[in-house]
Amino acid sequence: MTAGSPPPAAPAATSPSEPARLVGEDATAALMLGDDALILSHRLAEWTGHAPALEEDVALANISLDLLGQARTLFSLVGNEDELAFLREERAFHNIQLVEQPNGDFAHTIARQLYFSVAQEIRWTAVAGSPDCPTPIRELAAKAVKETAYHRDHAWEWTLRLGDGTDESRTRMRRGIEVMWRHTGELFVPIPGLPLDEPALRAQWLTALETVLAAATLTLPEGPDADAWTAGGGRQGVHTESFGFLLAEMQHLHRSHPGATW
Amino acid sequence: MVTPRTAPPDDATLRAAAATVPDPELPVLTLAELGVLRELRIDRPTDQDDTSSHPPDAPPAARVRVRVDITPTYTGCPALETMATDLETALRQAGATEVTVRTVLSPAWSTDDITVEGRHKLSAAGIAPPRPTGHAEGGPVGLTLTIRCPRCGSTDTTLLSRFSSTACKALRRCDTCREPFDHVKEL
Repeated sequence: MTAGSPPPAAPAATSPSEPARLVGEDATAALMLGDDALILSHRLAEWTGHAPALEEDVALANISLDLLGQARTLFSLVGNEDELAFLREERAFHNIQLVEQPNGDFAHTIARQLYFSVAQEIRWTAVAGSPDCPTPIRELAAKAVKETAYHRDHAWEWTLRLGDGTDESRTRMRRGIEVMWRHTGELFVPIPGLPLDEPALRAQWLTALETVLAAATLTLPEGPDADAWTAGGGRQGVHTESFGFLLAEMQHLHRSHPGATW
Repeated sequence: MVTPRTAPPDDATLRAAAATVPDPELPVLTLAELGVLRELRIDRPTDQDDTSSHPPDAPPAARVRVRVDITPTYTGCPALETMATDLETALRQAGATEVTVRTVLSPAWSTDDITVEGRHKLSAAGIAPPRPTGHAEGGPVGLTLTIRCPRCGSTDTTLLSRFSSTACKALRRCDTCREPFDHVKEL
């Protein structure tokens, strides 16, 4: 696949054992959701060996692995997994900017997890229950929503513990919630191929967040949820500064040794 | 490679071969007991109905084609490829000439798919089995049962982390015998 090219317009030749490929808007939807999962998976994997406690190291790696599984399933509906993950240029990635944000301190990561996993659980639930969404994506959604519930629970528990904790942990959690907030505007931008009631999903998301933040003695930030200078956003292939560095680290091995196996 | 055999294996032999393949990460359980072995179809094509994938070294009469469906416990389960390889090896050793392993997602796997025998084996291996999820449609409402320590049987146990050595397990500690243990968390 040429770097930067749009999803394939016609089905690729498949052997009888491979599932049929998605095309058009359905492929775009799979790619967008797959990119969200892959990039957040990579960010969480950066914590491996660096988390504040061994249990947390294992937890973040497990969540990362779940997301990687989602990404692989979605990419395999569109084309070759490795080519899609390792051979696309920055502008060809359609993930929202929230998931590419650097890990920051632990509270920043938890804030990103809270915003994303609450939204993802709501989205997978809606996709799984909507007959208008492509069947292979619905099947994945029905599977993934059960795992995502554990991700949401993990972020939820940490938000309570940090927010309603010491002065230091509360300050850091509040900062994380504020810093990540300006990247949440894309979470409920309509995705081609997934005809869902996005404003209703966003309302559910806000209610859930207000509940957990109130219990954590915090409040939802009041500022804009998108930066004026982002000019569109991740869904259009426009990314923030740190994304290029993330791709360089994620892709360099595959690009240096094409087709390598072990 | 095909081992020369006097007679092709019967269906029961092939099913038994697939049913006894252990899970790569929880080897005390078989794939069947874990509930990830979904379907197994056996057909014995003759040259009339299929000539496309005829292995050159197998006489037509001995052709036994097995198609297996497996489902991942978690979407990111890294053991899936090993499961497919192990199934293929076991079925070929049992006399299958052609094995196809397919991954299916729907219906999504649940810990309720672990058999009663599988739960006993988990417990015996020091891993607390999952509680019923109560997802069964029209069934009774699920109760929140306590999780017993698989070592001393105490119900006084505490969650340490929802994520443990593999994606499907949580880490707990028994407050009676103080031993940490894995618990296959409900999904």
